Amino acid sequence: MLQGWVVVLASFAYIGLLFAIAYYADRRADAGRSLIDSPYVYSLSLAVYATAWTFYGSVGRAAENGVGFLPIYIGPTLMIALWWVVMRKILRISKQNRITSLADFISSRYGKSALLAGVVTVIAVIGIVPYISLQLKAISNTFSVVLRYPDIVMPANVGEVPVLQDTALFVALFLAAFTILFGTRHLDTSEHHEGMVAAIAFESLVKLVAFIAVGAWVTWGIYHGFGDLFARAAAQPKIAALLTPFDAVSGSYSSWVWLTILSMLAIMFLPRQFQVTVIENKNEQHLNKAIWLFPLYMLAINVFVLPIAFGGLLHFSGGGVDADSFVLTLPMVERRELLALVVFIGGLSAATGMVIVETIALSTMVCNDLVMPVLLRMRALRLTERPDLSGLLLGIRRGAIVAVLLLGFLYFRLAGEAYALVAIGLISFAAVAQFAPAALGGIFWKGGTRLGALAGLGAGFAVWFYTLLLPAFARSGWLPIGFLEAGPWGIELLRPLALFGLGGLDQITHAMIWSMAANIGAYVGVSLMRAPGAEELRQASMFVDVFTRPALVGAAGFWRGTAPAADLHNLLARFVGATAAHEAFEEYARRRGVARAALGPEGDADLVYFVETELAGVIGAASAHIMVASVVKEEALTLDEVRAILDEASQVVVYSRQLERKSRELEAATAELRTANERLQELDRLKDDFISTVTHELRTPLTSIRAFSEILRDDPKLALPQRTKFLDIIAKETERLTRLINQVLDLAKLESGTADWHATSVDMREIVAETVTAMSEVFRERSVRLELRMPGVVSPVQADPDRVKQVLLNLLSNAAKFCEPGRGRVEVSLDEEDGAVRVRVQDNGPGIGAADQKIIFEKFRQVGDALTDKPQGTGLGLHICRQIVERLGGRLWVESRVGAGACFSFTLPVPPARRVLPAARAA
Amino acid sequence: MSEYDVRGQRLVALCLLGLLLFNYPLLAVFNVPRMLFGIPVLYVYFFVAWGALIGLMALVIERRG
Repeated sequence: MLQGWVVVLASFAYIGLLFAIAYYADRRADAGRSLIDSPYVYSLSLAVYATAWTFYGSVGRAAENGVGFLPIYIGPTLMIALWWVVMRKILRISKQNRITSLADFISSRYGKSALLAGVVTVIAVIGIVPYISLQLKAISNTFSVVLRYPDIVMPANVGEVPVLQDTALFVALFLAAFTILFGTRHLDTSEHHEGMVAAIAFESLVKLVAFIAVGAWVTWGIYHGFGDLFARAAAQPKIAALLTPFDAVSGSYSSWVWLTILSMLAIMFLPRQFQVTVIENKNEQHLNKAIWLFPLYMLAINVFVLPIAFGGLLHFSGGGVDADSFVLTLPMVERRELLALVVFIGGLSAATGMVIVETIALSTMVCNDLVMPVLLRMRALRLTERPDLSGLLLGIRRGAIVAVLLLGFLYFRLAGEAYALVAIGLISFAAVAQFAPAALGGIFWKGGTRLGALAGLGAGFAVWFYTLLLPAFARSGWLPIGFLEAGPWGIELLRPLALFGLGGLDQITHAMIWSMAANIGAYVGVSLMRAPGAEELRQASMFVDVFTRPALVGAAGFWRGTAPAADLHNLLARFVGATAAHEAFEEYARRRGVARAALGPEGDADLVYFVETELAGVIGAASAHIMVASVVKEEALTLDEVRAILDEASQVVVYSRQLERKSRELEAATAELRTANERLQELDRLKDDFISTVTHELRTPLTSIRAFSEILRDDPKLALPQRTKFLDIIAKETERLTRLINQVLDLAKLESGTADWHATSVDMREIVAETVTAMSEVFRERSVRLELRMPGVVSPVQADPDRVKQVLLNLLSNAAKFCEPGRGRVEVSLDEEDGAVRVRVQDNGPGIGAADQKIIFEKFRQVGDALTDKPQGTGLGLHICRQIVERLGGRLWVESRVGAGACFSFTLPVPPARRVLPAARAA
Repeated sequence: MSEYDVRGQRLVALCLLGLLLFNYPLLAVFNVPRMLFGIPVLYVYFFVAWGALIGLMALVIERRG
């Protein structure tokens, strides 16, 4: 199954599939139903980080120093934890400023400097093109290994392949075609390549599945699980040493730390990572899920690295097989042809994904930040006067894509098996790490200047070149090796691998220490020498304060220039075409809330800013600035003016914050007032009810008093017994009136909280005994039997004795009132339970229905039919009792059934310290 | 990062935790030739700690509020 034609066919089929996916995604995007508008696709596209270097190279590194491959993936995990703070900011800045590339981002921050953009581009190209070669080499090598199946022959032993028979060339050409088709389809100001991103996400899936498949097969197919594999590995002293790779003496911890830092920076500033993370991002929210999904992907693709490495070392213990190829050669030597083919395709996907995105990113940079600014400045070309530049722009991009890929191929052909290619992965990481101080400093520190950034980048790059790239060339035999050992011109202090005598470190650590020191030192030092100018300060504020600057002091506040609207329209049309420019202007008018025609012939600063930003989305900030400057009557802002605007802006921020706080406080106060008002109204209603009930209750006795006294007055001849009876009624009604008034007064006192309370320690036995004695006469009169049951001792409670007596009196007189004379029986009992003293008054009267049990404690509610029964009391007694008991911390309730008597009980709490009875009894 | 951005602060704290976990001297503790469930201790440590860190990041991100 691994015949040459099958492999070639499978590769073509795979690349064909990529074309199909990209084409489909582009069609969907055109139809407005984006395929990539999902956090999952976004996370997968970030996995372009895992290249052939991961797919094949991790195993190679693991076979050399155990877990030494892990910092390359753990570093990014740590960095991504910071993305919520850092990357969200970069995303927001980039969307506001229509950033098109990393070079654009940095140059835009430092006053849209074309020089800075160019420097970044050059560094990126020099640092990354060899990395692209590495991917081409991986494809070419694995192809050559697979073709020699069933023999295992390392490509180094094959000999020179003619250029035209080199797979890498054809792969490079195919990738160029793909990238041109889906990377430069048309110019638009958002610079999204949906088809390309969809294809990359798919490739990420393929390489993950392929790698896990081969890893699982090695672990459980060749060996019997992890335990078996590691046990056999540990039995070989050479491999066993890899299980504990750290050695405090050799400085392996410091290499580990620096590798971690290096990959933390690489995940942000590799041009392809910046492209997929920032430029191709459809929605800021997608970042959230990617923050944990992408690290999870890296973890998954690394689980089987060590098993494969150890499996390979055990299998090929005779040597002769490059550890970098274990992933492929293990299935081959075991005659698993299908698996080997899957691995080959997985490796192909890892390599092509990286090459495609990197090439798009680099070509955008080369076009926007290197070629266009130069062309626009060459007045002889009169480019600024040409009617349509979009064709030229696309041409430059396509040319740049082909050039970058051919450069990659050329480097691969020249370097071949040389050291300068094999070690290039980390060397490239170190190159892009040089962007970190200028980029990260730029979004958090307003003091960084254009010159500072240039100095930092220049110094860092120079040290990188001297300590990493030159030694790599020397080891490849392109420079005299004595240059490494003795230093240039024999000056030992300048040896590239031990600069200024700093020896004993591995190459990457050494280079990172010196280059970062030079880079950060120059960036900060030079920035501090001169305060930022107007343009720099404006851009700095737009970057650093992107989250805090209120919308009303938006970017346009900084622009002063005006230009004829028609000129601005034509300018935009020259790059994006007439239709797109027309649409952009319509959109702008909509946003301003006016008709297109109402914008007037003279474009104001806001329109100028709008056009410049739109243009920046196509040709980069630096070029856009040059183009717009050619039509705008520029009135450059002075530094003082920029400062004034910034101060004003920051004051507006402060004011708006204060305003926000004030309005929040006001809202809270309003809510409080509203509830207070509602409560007042409720109380007012209750009071009205109360008054109307009270007056009603007063009127009943008054009416009968008045009626009987009128009879007595008008009829002097009334018989004496009749007269006595009437006077008796009058006296009773007056008594009732007095009682009612007393109770109303009492209630008013209780409810307003002005009642006098004399809380003392009270022995409930005394109170109950006294009250029962006082009431015994009433009971005897009504012929109701009264019984009392009390324990020998109860705990004292804290209460007002008069009030408690009042409650008990009320309950007893109610009981007496409702019992049938002669047969009536009332039992008063006292006990203590659950930390409370309980008094029960049980009668054998008519009882209270369930519905009535609730209302008898309310004001002026009595049991019985109000129309037929003569009221027996005032209707306030039980309400007052409940108020008193609750005030004393207790509870008053009734248990009753109609016809079975009623039992009123109330409890009073016993303070814990005073309990006579142990609490255990309660339980 | 505003002071109300609790999520951002939690994630920064997780980054610091990661720097601590994957660094000397903690690595030295696990850099011993012993096996746990038949797998080298260092290897187990890396993947368990790494996985736990990712789990915490997911928790911080996905939890509401």
